[in-house]
Order: sequence, then C-alpha cells, then structure tokens
Amino acid sequence: MMAFVIAGRELRTMFLSPLAWSILGVIQAILGFMFLSQMDYYLMLQPRIAGMEEVPGLTDLIVAPLFANAGVILLLVTPLLTMRLICEERRNRTLSLLFTAPVSMAEIVLGKYLGVMSFLFIMVGMITLMPLSLLLGGGLDFGKLAACVLALGLLLAAFASVGLFISTLANQPTVAAISTFGALLLLWIIDWSGNGASTANSVLTYLSMLRHYESLLKGLVNTTDLAYFVLFILAFIVLSIHTLDNDRLQK
Amino acid sequence: MSSLIRVDQLYRYYGDQCAVNNVSFTLEKGEILGFLGPNGAGKSTTMQMICGNLAPTSGQILINGLDILDQPREAKRELGYLPEIPPVYRELTVDEYLEYCAKLHQIPRSQQRKATDHAKERCGLTEVAPRLIGNLSKGYQQRVGIAQAILHSPAVIVLDEPTVGLDPIQIREIRELIRELGESHGVILSTHILPEVQESCTRVQIIHQGRLVLNDSIAGLEQQMRASSILLTTRLTPDLASLYAIEGVHSIEELGENRYRIFHDKDKKPAEAIAESAVSAGYGLLELIPERRSMEQIFIDITQHSVLPEEQAA
Repeated sequence: MMAFVIAGRELRTMFLSPLAWSILGVIQAILGFMFLSQMDYYLMLQPRIAGMEEVPGLTDLIVAPLFANAGVILLLVTPLLTMRLICEERRNRTLSLLFTAPVSMAEIVLGKYLGVMSFLFIMVGMITLMPLSLLLGGGLDFGKLAACVLALGLLLAAFASVGLFISTLANQPTVAAISTFGALLLLWIIDWSGNGASTANSVLTYLSMLRHYESLLKGLVNTTDLAYFVLFILAFIVLSIHTLDNDRLQK
Repeated sequence: MSSLIRVDQLYRYYGDQCAVNNVSFTLEKGEILGFLGPNGAGKSTTMQMICGNLAPTSGQILINGLDILDQPREAKRELGYLPEIPPVYRELTVDEYLEYCAKLHQIPRSQQRKATDHAKERCGLTEVAPRLIGNLSKGYQQRVGIAQAILHSPAVIVLDEPTVGLDPIQIREIRELIRELGESHGVILSTHILPEVQESCTRVQIIHQGRLVLNDSIAGLEQQMRASSILLTTRLTPDLASLYAIEGVHSIEELGENRYRIFHDKDKKPAEAIAESAVSAGYGLLELIPERRSMEQIFIDITQHSVLPEEQAA
C-alpha cells in the first residue's frame, strides 16, 4: 500500500524532469525508424514469398525484430532511468524522510521499483502501438505479439532490478548508470565465450539474458525462461532491500 | 504512563571511533529538551538513532513505550524529524510535497487537507504553497522541513539545528513555534547556539565527545549561572585583609588600578558586607558589580574540563 504512494511520487517526479520525456521521444523515434525499414524489407520480400507455403508471416518478419531491437536499445537507456532511484535521494539527504516515516525498507524499495516499472510499461505500451498499427492493412498473430510484449516486459523488469540494486550501492548517479550498463551488457553477452558443450558453457548460456529473451520472442513461452526472469528480478530486489537496510546499520 | 522518549545506554561506533558513548535520558510530554554540544559531539548521530535513521551499536530507544528497533512502524508514527539538511524534493511544490508526506505518514485521506493546511499555517507557508521548493530561499526550505515534521502531529518532534540559515525575524518566529509545539508535544532541539536553548528550552543536555556531560533543567542552569564573583572598584587602595575577613569570601584577584575581583561562595551574598566595609573604612566605593557566568562560560567550562581526565588517562 505504502509502496504505491512512493511509486506514484517517483513516476510523477520522472515526468517533471525532461529526462523521461526525451527518453520516450528518442526511443519512439528510433524504433519508429527501425519499424519502417523493417516494413520496407517485408514489402520487398512479400512478392517473392507470396506463393510459398510455411513462410514466416508479418509478425515474425516485423514484430519480432522490432522487439529484439527494442531490447538492445533499452539496455542502453534503462540505466539512465534507474540511476537516480535511491542514489539521488541519498545525495540530497531526502532518504531520511522515508526512513523516519512509518514505512519498511521493503516498501521503500518496492515503491521505487514499481515507480520505474510503471514508466517502463508506458514505454512498452507505446512500442506495442507500432505493430498494432499493422492491423490497418493486415492481420497479426496475437499469440506471438503477446509473447513479445511479455518478453520485453520481463526483460525491462530485469534491467530495472539490476539498476535499482546498483543505485542503492552507488553514491553518484553517473557511477550507478555506467555500472548498471556494464553489468547488463555483460549479462547480455556472457554466452559469447567458448562454443563447446561443456557444463561451464551451458551455465553461461543459461545466464545470458539474450538467450532467454530470444526464445520468448520466437513465441516459445517456456517455464525455464519465465523462471529465469522471475528469479533474477526477485534476487536483485532482495539484494536492494538488504543494501538499503545496511545504510542504517553503518556508514 | 511511560515517557515519550526513553534512551537507555546508547552506544554508537563508526569503526573504532565512538561517536555516542553511554547516553541515557528521558523526555516527558510538555518538555523542550535542548541538545547542546560542539561540532562533532554526537548530537546528530544521537538524533538519527532516535529517529530510526541509524541503528545503535547497543542500547535501547523507546518512543512512547515502543522500541524503535522492534516495532519501527508503530514507533515512527509518533515521530517527526527534521534532519540537519531539510529532506525536501526540490522539483515538487510545497503543496505536492506536504501531500506526499501526509500520505507517507498514513494520515486518512479526509484529514489530509486539514493537516497540511494547519502545518502550512503554523510554519507561515500558506503564501508560497504553489511554488516549487527548489525556488524557495533556504529559510523557507527550512520551514517546509519543519512543516513536514509536525504534519502528522507526532508525540515527539526532533529538530536538528532548526534555525540554521534563517534571518533574525524568522529565527524569532521559529522559536515561538517551538515553544508552542512544546506545550502539546515533546520536543528535542539540537543546536550550538546557546541563547536559543536559554530562550526556548525547559531542559538542557550538553553532549561532548559522545558523552552526556550535563543534564539539567533551565532553572538549574540559572542556578549555576548565578554570581560567584563580584567586581569591586574603589578610589583608594582597600585593606585586603578586612575584605578577606568577610564571610564567604574565598580569594581576591587584583586587576590593577584599585580594581578587584572577589570570589565567594555561591550560596553567600557578601556584597552588602563588602559595601559596608568599604564605606566605613572610607575607600571610596566606585563600583560593585556581581558577575554572572554566561551560559557560554558554563558550556566552555564543561566541555573543556571534561577533556582533561581523558587526556590524563591516555
């Protein structure tokens, strides 16, 4: 309950700064451009594949690549949104307001997380509008679209949880942003090393966010992938709560 | 009925450094407790611990009978805290900020409006309510901080240096406000400005190097401030032996040009006898001034004297 109060303020403050608006605008413009070039590519391809059977459809050729690109771009952008969460409150000494209020650490952390998540969901909603516009002239595979939206939602939730955790650790927003970006990028490409089928390699592959994201984008909603994201998010939220609690124990 | 605040054997270490060393005290309703100490004495650390912003290394803090560590949620409901730097969001307006604070403190929706209006009125914020906090002067930001602390009318209000950065008129208004608050709440006030304590507090505690070195009521402090020396100036050189003979006189310090400082027992008042002897012997009495110790002197005495034993021990 109190987490929603904190989330509400967080969201409102985000929209009071130009950062949120510019991020929304820039992302929309870039993805719009990518969406249109993907459309061009599809229109070029369409006459050639028209007669064939078992060909990839509109959703596979336009929507999935769009969401894949969105994942990479938001990997760059999410750290900018999460860097301020706890870090800036600590710098401005406003954390003591939350510490003195009858609110638990878990509620503070959840509030912050929900605040940034609602912003990211607005973004996902705006990105989803692009594939929906295809309905004007064609049909969509709604199952696959839903899988894509779910995938992006989970991916962003995972990004935000790492960002939140690093923001509770860092003393400067820029440090938080760059560390979050580094951590996310590492998790993204962690399966690049080695090609063998050793156990170490399969662990690395399991850890890679990209793998889980891609398999969801294909429309395969697998429990392994869902469990990966849910565990990932929970782990970082619990870590954030502990780190914030540490603030109180010692300095 | 338990005390509003009961602090029991509080310790706080930062690494090896002991910031708060065995501090115990209580605060009753209707009291304004002045927390005095030089910079780095441990005032803010103690206040942060009382308000649950910092966990004590050991010791117990009860707010209204509730342990701040065991029942933080219930205990914090009874607390209003203004830290050294007011915890305000610069990008919100005063109204938005106070509304957020009201929600954080779980004031029922129907009473939020009344509570924020009341706090704004008390802190003189009504006119600046629609303005951004970031655009307000330091003094007004400080007032917003105070408004935040009294918003939910907590039993205990803890103010860490509330008058820093205010102009003299605002300082007077804030002191007035603190006195008003003291009537219905328990207030702890930290400061290093001595007249502030004399003016607004009912009880004084001096903390030095993490230790509580004085805990006394204002009346008790006045007692300590009472004269223990008299300044005497005469036209002719007086016979010191006759002055020494007066009851209660300890020693006489010569200041030159027939000026003397006579030290005496606190409880005795030898001024009358000195005057009589000066007149009867015909020294030509020019000045007879009982000296009062100022609070500064007491403060300096206490803080400097308590350094010595530690140095000797080291």
